[in-house]
Amino acid sequence: MSCYLTTGKHMSMYYAVGTVLLLLAITAPTALAFGFAGASAARSDFAPLRWIGKTYVAVVRGIPDIAFFLFFVIALDQAFEYIRHRIKCPDWTEPVRQGNDFVVCTAAKLPLGNSPQWVHETYGFMLAVLTFAIVFGAFAANVLFGAMRAVPRGQLETAEAYGMSRRQTFWRVLVPQMWVYALPGLSNLWMVLIKATPLLFLLGVEDIVYWARELGGAKQPQFTDYPHGDWRMWYFLALLVFYLCFTKVSEVVLDRIMAKLTHGQATAAGEAQRKAAA
Amino acid sequence: MKNLILSTAALALLGSMAMAESHSVVRLGTEGAYPPYNFINDAGEVDGFERELGDELCARAELTCEWVTNEWDSIIPNLVSGNYDAIIAGMSITDERKEVIDFSEAYTQPDPSAFLATGEVDFSNAVIAAQSSTIQASYVTGMAGATLLEFATPDETIAAVKAGEADAVLADKAFLEPIAESDSEVSIVGEDVLIGGGIGLGVRQSDTELRDKFTAAIQSMKADGTLNELITKWLPGSATF
Repeated sequence: MSCYLTTGKHMSMYYAVGTVLLLLAITAPTALAFGFAGASAARSDFAPLRWIGKTYVAVVRGIPDIAFFLFFVIALDQAFEYIRHRIKCPDWTEPVRQGNDFVVCTAAKLPLGNSPQWVHETYGFMLAVLTFAIVFGAFAANVLFGAMRAVPRGQLETAEAYGMSRRQTFWRVLVPQMWVYALPGLSNLWMVLIKATPLLFLLGVEDIVYWARELGGAKQPQFTDYPHGDWRMWYFLALLVFYLCFTKVSEVVLDRIMAKLTHGQATAAGEAQRKAAA
Repeated sequence: MKNLILSTAALALLGSMAMAESHSVVRLGTEGAYPPYNFINDAGEVDGFERELGDELCARAELTCEWVTNEWDSIIPNLVSGNYDAIIAGMSITDERKEVIDFSEAYTQPDPSAFLATGEVDFSNAVIAAQSSTIQASYVTGMAGATLLEFATPDETIAAVKAGEADAVLADKAFLEPIAESDSEVSIVGEDVLIGGGIGLGVRQSDTELRDKFTAAIQSMKADGTLNELITKWLPGSATF
């Protein structure tokens, strides 16, 4: 049994758990940054910037995730390769689109055709992070946009009365106070993000759901030392437990952050904290 | 903005690497879920008939090859957009696929497909499971009285039959036989059907150089009988050349 659980294939699955955690660890802050930039742009006084922010939020939120993952990523990859192609091979005369094929010069391939497999995997992983960040960034932008508007007007007026510039008011008064309004929405997004990782396989990154399906599938004695029937149910059960534990831990951590952020805020929960302390 | 920074960083990183020569590494895309053609072995590596065949072909064509797995559904789009250079995944040569990609010479004879079921099946009114975008799936569409039930992976088609969701599954006989042997619940039923024109390596239409190299290597393996040895070893019951 212990031998079975430590075959190279199972090792790949444990490794995939790491991949998923790493993806979440990188994606969450990146998506938040996208969201912050999007929200700031959407409430900007400068019209073109405002349009960019609003369009980003509207377009990305409106496209189904799967469509976004299937088309956008291939398009993004080809766009990178096309730019490199124009820079690196200026005297290439053949068309880039040959019938169904997308052909760029070998030097423009991304990653280069002869680079080792780990480079390809890292590149695929980075594409995945970028795509996740763009998608979830749009949702985060909407949450933050709402949160920024929820900060009581009186707080901003007071800041102005103290002679703060718009920029100072934004960074010193608005931003520190908006998190408490943003957190419930952001925690929702985090939960959805955790569960969205199976979309990774669409991008060629082998995640835990892929390995659970592969390992759980029936195996005939000709092809393995450990033949077994259809064990997918048990593997998916293990995944279920994994995801439940993960989301539970997230909830506990998010609750703590919420309590911390509420401290001293002009909200009902902040008021309750003050009363409890007194 | 962030997007721009990330992409320039990626460009700088990869741009600093050495210039590539044409096809110094050939990336072979496979599914890894279709024994005995291709599957992931206990060590987590690609194994099977096509693994041995592909390694031998690369050695003969003096190519350095690398194995990549990809979902069956998106295996052609990813070849066409250049994520790997050849498909070696039990893919039968069909006219429909030839419109999109090119094939090397076939490395198996047209292989019989068979039905696997838990009992007798009334083919005049049956639900038949098949993997999506396969020759078997399009064959079932044309069968009188049959309803097609498509699945993304071969494994799911078998599970559907065992769960009673489908009456039978249509797939390559070489794939079904080991299952029928090791699992007493299911057996091969009805007549074999001959569909497809043999299995070949899929390459981009613009990549005639690679296609010709593989075809030459396949011909040399046919000539000295090594291909037949591989077929007898991995696909007993299949016709040799």
